[in-house]
Amino acid sequence: MTTFRGFWRNKTTMEPAATVTAVANTPTTELIPIDLEIASNDPLLAYIQQHPTVFDVTQLKLDSPAVTAMRQVGIRLVVPLVSQGELIGLINLGERMSDQEYSSDDHKLMSDLATQAAPALRIAQLVQQQKLEAIERERIAQELRVARLIQQTLLPQALPALAGWGVSAYYQPARAVGGDFYDFIYFPDGKVGFIVADVTDKGVPAALVMATTRTLLRTAAERLESPGAVLARTNDVLVQEIPPKMFVTCFYAILNPATGHLRYANAGHDVPYHYTNQGVVELRATGMPLGLMPGMGYDEKETTLAPSDYVLLYSDGLVEAHNPAREMFSFTHLQALLATHADGATLHEFLLAELAAFTGPAWEQEDDVTLVTLQREETVNSNQLSVNSEPVEFEIPSGPGNERVAMERVAELVGDWLPAPRLEKLKTAVAEATMNAMEHGNQYDPDKPARLKLFLDETATSTGSVRVASVRVTITDQGGGQPSPAAATPDLAAKLAGEQSPRGWGLFLIKAMVDEMRVHQDDHHHTIELVMHLADQEEA
Amino acid sequence: MTEKKTPFAAATKLAEQTAVILMRGEINQDADAALTATYADAAQMQPATITLDFGGVDYINSTGIALIVGLLAKARAAHIPLTAVGLSDHYREIFTITRLSDFIEIQ
Repeated sequence: MTTFRGFWRNKTTMEPAATVTAVANTPTTELIPIDLEIASNDPLLAYIQQHPTVFDVTQLKLDSPAVTAMRQVGIRLVVPLVSQGELIGLINLGERMSDQEYSSDDHKLMSDLATQAAPALRIAQLVQQQKLEAIERERIAQELRVARLIQQTLLPQALPALAGWGVSAYYQPARAVGGDFYDFIYFPDGKVGFIVADVTDKGVPAALVMATTRTLLRTAAERLESPGAVLARTNDVLVQEIPPKMFVTCFYAILNPATGHLRYANAGHDVPYHYTNQGVVELRATGMPLGLMPGMGYDEKETTLAPSDYVLLYSDGLVEAHNPAREMFSFTHLQALLATHADGATLHEFLLAELAAFTGPAWEQEDDVTLVTLQREETVNSNQLSVNSEPVEFEIPSGPGNERVAMERVAELVGDWLPAPRLEKLKTAVAEATMNAMEHGNQYDPDKPARLKLFLDETATSTGSVRVASVRVTITDQGGGQPSPAAATPDLAAKLAGEQSPRGWGLFLIKAMVDEMRVHQDDHHHTIELVMHLADQEEA
Repeated sequence: MTEKKTPFAAATKLAEQTAVILMRGEINQDADAALTATYADAAQMQPATITLDFGGVDYINSTGIALIVGLLAKARAAHIPLTAVGLSDHYREIFTITRLSDFIEIQ
């Protein structure tokens, strides 16, 4: 039962004359409010529930604050208005204007009036309630329209167009409009930032926090190169502005499209997956969500996408979707699905079909579903180097161990041109030269790749035809300006005696493995050129 | 990066008077600690000879050559002859070019 309030008194009449409704309202009268409120736990209401008939307040023996108040404002007769067993109002009458007592006929008249008035009042109340609900529904609908508009305005209008890369994005808001967003940031040096984030809460508040966060991330990314530093800076500003109990999870990565190198940091967002031809790897990096506490640090990690690798960024709307049995789609299920799907271009279609099959047709989407995929395309010139083909060029990001990637790629490209023993020699020479380029030339800076270029050199034969004379590989680093050491023969005896470092075999090995070795350099680059003659093998 | 890295691993067994160091994976900078520790285990057995078994090794780079030079220096200081087995033809040639084969018997 609710509290009754909002009683009015006829100003032109002598006290008491208070009613809740049905007070004659002539041009000479004016209704003014009286200070009377019946609390929901007042014994009077329990009494009326048990005796829903007209009663005289002055005759009522009840320890009730409401009754006391009624007497004080001059109420004499109370007429309960009951509809379908529910008390929906009271008609309160003061003393009769004739100064006579209320008669039994008066009581019956008021009782009949209440019987007629109560249903009408109830209908009026319901109409009013429906009007209020309609207004509330329209307010919510309007809020959703605004939230969607904000969200659509913030999402990128176009996908990054990167040579050698395929980028795709999918965003499906839940009915209630969640707080997902994604963004791309383009840097002058060609790198691209990828953001996927999820704001707690829904509707306009989430959309506004989303807009703020996006701006803060972009501002920080303009000034700071490190993804971890960008998240830390964003967090420190956002924590001062975000409403209580709201926060933002966010994954931020910077891709160097030239090398496939990806640096990333994570503020409590769902861990992205990196598809490689050897399995699916989680891109883990620890960090608290944005906006919870100031002074947070964010781990920064890195990886490199090889040709055909892809990375999937996503939001919890996918992994936390439920099927009719209330089971979750789950991270492990997602990871297992990715392991079966190598094509990043059709990944979203594939995952959405799997999601639909999992949830069933009656599923009402619980949260926003966001998917962003970046896939490094297969290198166009990945086949064998052939006669009349253009030289093949590729890059290897500088990092310990990556020389083996260079070595294997070269073997794939020229394997048909060299017998196995000579191919092994070239592989060793390429590995050593690439290692030197990455370590000494590029200081293992992953943004400074070693660049390899392969040629088939042709020569004219005595019969006038043209044949391939040699396989040539150049390996270039970005460490020019300093003279290269000569390929001296190491003194093993001195090394064994401890008079020299046991190291220093690289250049010696390279020179010993190939038929020709040449070194070129300018102010910015250092190139080593390796040649294997095919004529030599024919003669051998 | 999807390079096919095989982490280095090494173990020692004593057969008669010979300590055999079984190796697999890549001998590069990352192999330093494991190779040094395994050699120490082998030397503690006070063998007449130490055999380096390269049967499971698929890659040796110049840093790996330097590690083997370091082992050879320790073995020579301890007057323990080194032998090598399981080398591919390619790495046999590298042992020859580097003159390691002058100090390590290649079997």
